[in-house]
Amino acid sequence: MSSSPENLTVKVEFSGGLELLFSNKRTHTITLPAHTPSTSTTPTTIRDLVIYLCDELMRDPRRDLFVLDGTVRPGILVLINDADWELEGEDAYEVKNGDSILFVSTLHGG
Amino acid sequence: MAPKPCALCTVNPAAIVRPKDRSALCKPCFFNVFETEIHHTITSTNLFARGERIAIGASGGKDSTVLASVLKTLNERYDYGVELILLSIDEGIKGYRDDSLETVKRNAKEYGMELTILGYKELYGWTMDQVVEQVGKKGNCTYCGVFRRQALDRGAAKLGVKHVVTGHNADDVAETVLMNLLRGDLPRLSRTTSIVTSTPSSVASSSPTDPASHTNIKRSKPLKYAYEKEIVLYALHKNLTYFSTECIYSPEAFRGSARALIKNLERVRPSAILDVVRSGEDMAKLCPGSDEGCGGACGSSTSAIPMAEEEEGGCGSSNGRNAGSEMANMDRQLAQNEAAVENELEVEITFHGRDGTQQKIKKQPKKIKGQAAASVPRKAVTKQVMGKCKKCGYLSSQEVCKACTLLEGLNKNRPKNHIEVGYDAEPENHVRDLAGQVKGLEVGSG
Ligand SMILES: [Zn+2]
Ligand SMILES: [Zn+2]
Repeated sequence: MSSSPENLTVKVEFSGGLELLFSNKRTHTITLPAHTPSTSTTPTTIRDLVIYLCDELMRDPRRDLFVLDGTVRPGILVLINDADWELEGEDAYEVKNGDSILFVSTLHGG
Repeated sequence: MAPKPCALCTVNPAAIVRPKDRSALCKPCFFNVFETEIHHTITSTNLFARGERIAIGASGGKDSTVLASVLKTLNERYDYGVELILLSIDEGIKGYRDDSLETVKRNAKEYGMELTILGYKELYGWTMDQVVEQVGKKGNCTYCGVFRRQALDRGAAKLGVKHVVTGHNADDVAETVLMNLLRGDLPRLSRTTSIVTSTPSSVASSSPTDPASHTNIKRSKPLKYAYEKEIVLYALHKNLTYFSTECIYSPEAFRGSARALIKNLERVRPSAILDVVRSGEDMAKLCPGSDEGCGGACGSSTSAIPMAEEEEGGCGSSNGRNAGSEMANMDRQLAQNEAAVENELEVEITFHGRDGTQQKIKKQPKKIKGQAAASVPRKAVTKQVMGKCKKCGYLSSQEVCKACTLLEGLNKNRPKNHIEVGYDAEPENHVRDLAGQVKGLEVGSG
């Protein structure tokens, strides 16, 4: 993985129906600024990542199926490096280079 | 990174936070407690009988996939001595079930279970594609849901199976509790909170086409106390293959009101889901107005509460739970509801939760309230009495059950717009308008 200190490269996965919103592709490798805003010294969090994904990766207009009130929509589980995001501070978690982040919808089908 | 250790074994790193008590567990400990709790649900309610043949309503979705996997595990571990088979329903939507049925087939092979796939075509003479061709895309979810409700029973009867288990989870039950509470439908509340429901045959079916008695199938939901979150995490960490899709005829299906409310509650306080389930059970005990003497009071015993077709509905999910048709149901319920006061409450709370944007929508209820109160006329109270469908013998509050009514309409080549017998359409339109207004709001707030 090539990543300058200003950028983070992370693996993002969508499952449980969410992949439909992201070109029907489950796994994406993305590079995003390590700080948000990029000129600041504020580390990029999951909250920032989610907005970034909406702006840069999502082709589907139904943004509200993924994000609600500026954060991950309730009913979507987030795993950070295979662990429940609740163990990591939820959307305030500061994204690290090389992280693997999985979004799983529990809302589709049974 | 120093990962938090598991609260149970204190050795492995924690990977899961349990919604019920926020305890942090490692994967092996989580698998163990998840399975053990379901075992406890099964044994404490004497759900299974040795030698029983049990059909798992399987859609390839997360709930039924986890149900099949866990029941197989428990049947072997604790020697229940039951025979588990898979029963899948194919609605007949071209392309829609292809992948999910492939998933079911794979599961059947993997779990070594017999699989039967039955189509709406075989059960009702109509595929959903044919229904849509005739009635259009609007309102077809009603057909899908009504047909689905009976499909597992009819399918089980064909197989000579007396017990069908479905993947309904705690979130589903909590959602149903809220819906029935908001409607003020306490008898139904007690029926839907019961772990076992049945469609008892009161025999004497007038229909000659009913030899198999699909009206005497026991239904149960072993995952009743399992959080949806844990079901998904179990499937994920166990690498179970499940399929997720929305019904292609209802792309907006999951913007459900009560469902969104449940998920918002969970975000604020995860234990809320089981709290709602338990509250529903407690309330059910206080209202023995259901069809059985105990009225669900023996909710955790083996009593089977009769369940009419309208209790669960919808399409898109294995469980027949679907938010889109819920809205349609809610619309109808609103239209039927006799008390304006109740309507206010329902409109208000329903649309709060609808897209999770409580604060933004909160401004609106005053306006909605006034309109709802003004536009929904008072109706005479019609007491709901559970009887049998004249045509097929299925438990129904109407003379002819919804499936038969819909089929009659289809077969006459003249579909019915309203499946409720004997109320006028006007209030429903008003409610639609309200829903439209709120929808407009959502767009602005998104
Ligand atoms: Zn452990
Ligand atoms: Zn009938």
